Amino acid sequence: MNTIILSAIFGVVMMFTGIFIHNRSVYKTVSAVALLVLLVFNIAESHGSAIFNIDTANFLHFDPFGLLFNSICIFSTLIYVMLSGRDLEKAGNNTAEVHALIFFVLCGIGIVTSYTNLLMLFIGIEILSIPLYILTGSDKKNLKGNEAALKYFLMGSFSTGILLMGIAMLYGSGGTFMVERVAKEGMLSYLSALGMVLIFIALSFKVSAAPFHFWTPDVYDGAPAVITSFMATVVKVAGFAAFIRLIEGRLGSMGSQSDRLIGIVIILTLAFGNLTAVFQQSVKRMLAYSSIAQAGFMLFALFAVNDAAKEGLLLYAAAYSLATIGIFSVLAKMDDMTLEGFNGFSKSQPLIAALLAIFLLSLAGIPLTGGFFAKYYMLASVVKTGKYLGLVIVGVLFAAVSAYYYFKVIQAMYFKEGNIVLAPVTNRFKYLLVFVAFLIVLLGVFPNSLLSFLYF
Amino acid sequence: MPITYYIVLSIVLFCIGVVGVLTRRNAIIIFMSIELMLNAANLLLVAFSKMHNNSAIGTANAATAGIDGQLFVFFIMVVAAAEVCVGLSIIVMMYRNTHSVDVNFLNRLKN
Repeated sequence: MNTIILSAIFGVVMMFTGIFIHNRSVYKTVSAVALLVLLVFNIAESHGSAIFNIDTANFLHFDPFGLLFNSICIFSTLIYVMLSGRDLEKAGNNTAEVHALIFFVLCGIGIVTSYTNLLMLFIGIEILSIPLYILTGSDKKNLKGNEAALKYFLMGSFSTGILLMGIAMLYGSGGTFMVERVAKEGMLSYLSALGMVLIFIALSFKVSAAPFHFWTPDVYDGAPAVITSFMATVVKVAGFAAFIRLIEGRLGSMGSQSDRLIGIVIILTLAFGNLTAVFQQSVKRMLAYSSIAQAGFMLFALFAVNDAAKEGLLLYAAAYSLATIGIFSVLAKMDDMTLEGFNGFSKSQPLIAALLAIFLLSLAGIPLTGGFFAKYYMLASVVKTGKYLGLVIVGVLFAAVSAYYYFKVIQAMYFKEGNIVLAPVTNRFKYLLVFVAFLIVLLGVFPNSLLSFLYF
Repeated sequence: MPITYYIVLSIVLFCIGVVGVLTRRNAIIIFMSIELMLNAANLLLVAFSKMHNNSAIGTANAATAGIDGQLFVFFIMVVAAAEVCVGLSIIVMMYRNTHSVDVNFLNRLKN
């Protein structure tokens, strides 16, 4: 409850900051402090001391998983604001409003990680999405940004329509919007089966799982790089939190049919994401496809839905968000976002090149980085269920494919000659990037340092 | 009237919306089609709400059964209004830059 209420309040505070303070560099500081406060209160709530004890009539249930997920999302956003705050100022004229919208997105995340009622799922997803449509188009003069915003908006509200139709059908068959109570019906009526499939399609749109991923590359490529960084990380993993809560609550009524459905979606997502990422020349577009591929891995959690899957999803959310935010924070400072733009990076910026290499290795899932354990937990969770072990083999194969295009960037940085054009970076930026890389390595050596928060 | 009529009507409306989104090229008309999809869901929710209420007559919770469906409809209306607000402003922003609301213009990103 702390996260939901405080982030909404901080969003309003940021808007007033925009009215009364005209020094743009202050916004970043205010926003970072507010995020820190939010993080502290969220952690306090997960230790059992919430400041707002509101009776939500069982519409929301705050369990350790959801609260830890919130903490990861808020922490990633904090790192994101501190790393990319300077670039956010360049994304449009209204920097304070951009920060305010980020807080509203966090409010939506607070809801989708803790809902038990389909009404809250709908409201949470909308609170999450509507600010994002605005953020995508925050650079009003940029035609590519406009296009991305319109495309994202049309696809997003289209999927909302599908979600609502699905919810209406589930309501018709069960007579309630509660996620858990619906699950205890024995046989599936055609109405509830259709409803479940429609909701599945709508959420697949949101997390960009194939075959509903086609908007992702265009939108991520067209939006300003700073905004893409936020969309592709914090928001995407929050979509998975919403998804796993739904599948967990509904699994009893879906049975083996849902396994087959999710299995097919996983294979399609992994194949589309990885195979198209291989051929990209622009690093930004490559990261967009790689985010689809990473979504494929996170889908393993929806297939398995056990404790290992939940742990894996948390680890994945942290490792993937931090690494991608790190890469995008450097990318936003570059003029040339193609692979050639990275030629000779290690000569002029050896430290940043090394850190970027760590982030890319983590995304590829190389041992000693957080990405390795994240992928390992995901595959282990599927092994634990004992069904469809072929999926694990497919996962490992595509992880190998993904190493190819991540290493292409590393190769360009270290083994090719060229001059890079990088906006000036401060020492603080470098220290922060080192800290992020340290966290990723820490997760890769002691994954329990994060997961122990789940059981205390 | 049997509930099937309502289900069929709202599924038909929903399908008209989906087809409109997939085939039309004018951003405003696509937007209208999306609204049609939302309203199909509204209609279905209200119909089911009444159905659940009717089936609860004579039981202890006859007064409140099915009321949540109608509450949901209000939420959908509010959220749809918020979406219209953001969506139309995005379309206006687009129109200022390209002087067109044709989504065929939107293929610059594909390369």
